[in-house]
Amino acid sequence: MLKAMLGEAWLAMGANRLRTALTMLGMVIGVGAVVIMMAIGQGAQFAVQQTISTMGANLFIVLSGSFTTSGVRSGSAGGPTLTVGDSEAVAELDGVINVAPTHQGTRQLVYGSQNWSCTVVGTTPEYLDARAWSIVQGAAFSDSDVRSATRVALIGKTVAENLFAGDDPVGKTMRIQQNPFVVIGVLGAKGQSLDGRDQDDTVIVPLTTAQRKVFGTPFLGSVRMIMVQAESAENMAKVEASVEALLRQRHRLREDTPNDFFMRNLSAAAESQAETTRTMSILLGAIASISLLVGGIGIMNIMLVSVTERTREIGIRMAIGARQRDILSQFLLEAVMISFAGCLLGLLLGIGIALGINAFTGMVIVISGSAALVAFAVAATVGIFFGWYPARKAARLDPIEALRYQ
Amino acid sequence: MSQPASEAVIRVVGLGKSYATAAGLFPALKGVDLAIRPGEYLAIMGPSGSGKSTFMNLLGCLDTPTIGEYFLAGENVAHLDPDALAILRNRTLGFVFQGFNLLPRMSLQDNVALPLVYAGLDKETRRARARAMLAKVGLERYAESLPNRISGGQQQRVAIARALVNEPRLILADEPTGNLDSHTSEEIMALFDQLNGEGITIVIVTHENDIAAHARRQVRFLDGQIQSDHLSGAVAA
Ligand SMILES: Nc1ncnc2c1ncn2[C@@H]1O[C@H](COP(=O)(O)OP(=O)(O)OP(=O)(O)O)[C@@H](O)[C@H]1O
Ligand SMILES: [Mg+2]
Repeated sequence: MLKAMLGEAWLAMGANRLRTALTMLGMVIGVGAVVIMMAIGQGAQFAVQQTISTMGANLFIVLSGSFTTSGVRSGSAGGPTLTVGDSEAVAELDGVINVAPTHQGTRQLVYGSQNWSCTVVGTTPEYLDARAWSIVQGAAFSDSDVRSATRVALIGKTVAENLFAGDDPVGKTMRIQQNPFVVIGVLGAKGQSLDGRDQDDTVIVPLTTAQRKVFGTPFLGSVRMIMVQAESAENMAKVEASVEALLRQRHRLREDTPNDFFMRNLSAAAESQAETTRTMSILLGAIASISLLVGGIGIMNIMLVSVTERTREIGIRMAIGARQRDILSQFLLEAVMISFAGCLLGLLLGIGIALGINAFTGMVIVISGSAALVAFAVAATVGIFFGWYPARKAARLDPIEALRYQ
Repeated sequence: MSQPASEAVIRVVGLGKSYATAAGLFPALKGVDLAIRPGEYLAIMGPSGSGKSTFMNLLGCLDTPTIGEYFLAGENVAHLDPDALAILRNRTLGFVFQGFNLLPRMSLQDNVALPLVYAGLDKETRRARARAMLAKVGLERYAESLPNRISGGQQQRVAIARALVNEPRLILADEPTGNLDSHTSEEIMALFDQLNGEGITIVIVTHENDIAAHARRQVRFLDGQIQSDHLSGAVAA
C-alpha cells in the first residue's frame, strides 16, 4: 500500500516538474541555511575548544606599559615596567598555578644555507606548562638553563620543517642574530591561533638568553609580558583582581594614577570571538526559519492548487473505495516528498557552501550527522504541517461534487 | 449477514433527496420505494431531470439521502459515515459512469487494480486480478497502455473491469452507453448481459428503449417519483 502510494506521489511530482522544482526552492534555501548555520555554529564551538586547548586554559597576560588618558598605550615611552621580581611575586598568589615572564619578537634564523624568519619567545619552563605545550622530540630546557643563560632552543613544527628540511633538528646548531643555539627539542604541533597565526612557527629559548643575545634588552631584570595561568575558570576574575592589586602595590602607584601595565584575558578573547560567530549563526538561523516558512507556504500553496486541479481524480478514487484517510495520506505523502526532495538538495547546497566558506575564509566549520538529522526532521515537520490543510481539504471533498468537477 | 438468497439485495423505503439551491430546497427525489432481488437486470428510465442520477448515486453509496432508509444486502446504510460508505463502494458494489472516469496518467492495468489498492491487497494479487478482469472484457493486450490510447467503447469496458475487480454481486451503471455509438453500445450491453447471466445484479440508467430492452425489468421515473414498474417485454422497442 505504502509502496503503491509512494510510486503515485512520485508520478504526481514528475507530472509537473518545473512547478515541483520551484516549489522546492524555498525548502532548498531554508535547509541550506540550517546546514550552514549549524556548520558555522558548531565550527565556532569547536574552534574555541581547540584554541583554548592549544593556547592553554584560564590564561591571561600582563603587558608592560600603560594607558594615557586618551586610551593610547604608551609602553615604549616609559620603558618596560614589569620585572622578573613582579613575576615571582605573582607566582606566590593564591589560585595561580603557572607564571611565565616572556619576551618575544620576530627574528631571522640561519641553519647552513637555509634562512627562516619566525617568532622567538624568551621565557621560563612554566610557559610550556601554562600553554600545555608538549615536546615530541628531545627535551625542554630547565630553570638552570634560564639562570645560566645557555644557548639552547626548542623549535616548533613549522620551523623544523622549513629550516631543517628533512634533517633531524635535535642536536643541530642554528644561528639567531649571529649567536649559535643548540636545538634540544621539537615542540608538538598546535596549529593556528585565534588570530590565524601559525603557532608552530615559533622558537622558544630561555628568557635570559633571549634578553642578552637575541633582543639586547637594556634592563636585564625587566620583562615585556607575564603570562599567568589561574587554577580554574571560576577564580579567573579573583586572580586577575589580586594580580592587579599586587602589581599596583609593587609599582607604588597612587590611587589616582592609572595602571602602568595592561591585562588581557586570552580565554575571554577566544570566547568573544566565538560569540561573534554565534551571533552570525543566529542570524543565519533567522534566515533559515524565514525561508522554511516561505518554503512551507509555497508547498501549501502548490498542494492547494494540486487538490483543485485533481478534484475529479479525487472523486474517482473515492467512488471506487478510497477512504478519507487514503486521500489524506496520498496528498500528505506528496507534500512530504516535495519537502524531503527539497531538503536533500538543501543539504547538498548547504554542505557545498559551508565547504566553500571554509576554503575561502579559513573559518572552521563542522559538518555533523546531527545537522542532516535536524534538516530531515525540519523537512518532515514542514511537509506535514503545511501539507496537512490541503490534504485534509482533499479528503473531505464530497465524492459527487468532486466527480462533477470539470 | 444471513440473508436468504431471495431477500432483496437493494431495498429503499421512502427515499428522498433535496438539494439546497438559490431558490431554496429542491426535492429531486420524493419518497421512492423499491426492492431489487439478487440476479435482477433492471433498467431505470425517465425524462431528463426526473431524478435518475440522484437515485443511482444514493444506491451507489456516493451520496446520502435526506430522508428514508436504504438497505443494501440487508444492512441499513442510509446514515453511515463517509469511510463506511467508501468500504461499501469498494467491496459490495461496482459503479460504471457515463464518462468512463479512468485515471489518465495510469496504465489500464493500474486503473483496474486501483480498487484493490484501497482494499489493501498485495501487489501480486492486484496484478493477477487486474489481468484476469482485463482478459474478461477482452482487453488484456492493452494492459500497459494509457486510457487515451484506446477507444471510448474500450475505455468503458476497462471501467467495467474495474467495477468487477473486487467481485461485487451488484453493478450500478448510470447511462454507460450515453457517450457511445449504437454499435459499441450493443457490445457493452452484451457484456452486461453476460455478467447478469453469471448471476450479478445489474441496475442500469438509460434513455434508450433498445438498451432498456436488455433488462428484464423497467422502472420509469418522473419528477422524482416512480411512475411505472414493468417486467420484461412491457416496454415497446
Ligand atoms: N447538486 C445539485 N444541486 C441542485 N440541484 C441538483 C443537483 N443535482 C441534481 N439536481 C437537480 O435534481 C434534479 C434531478 O437531477 P438528476 O441528475 O437526478 O436527473 P436525471 O434524471 O439523472 O437527468 P438526466 O437524464 O439529464 O441525467 C434535476 O432537476 C437537477 O437539476
Ligand atoms: Mg442523469
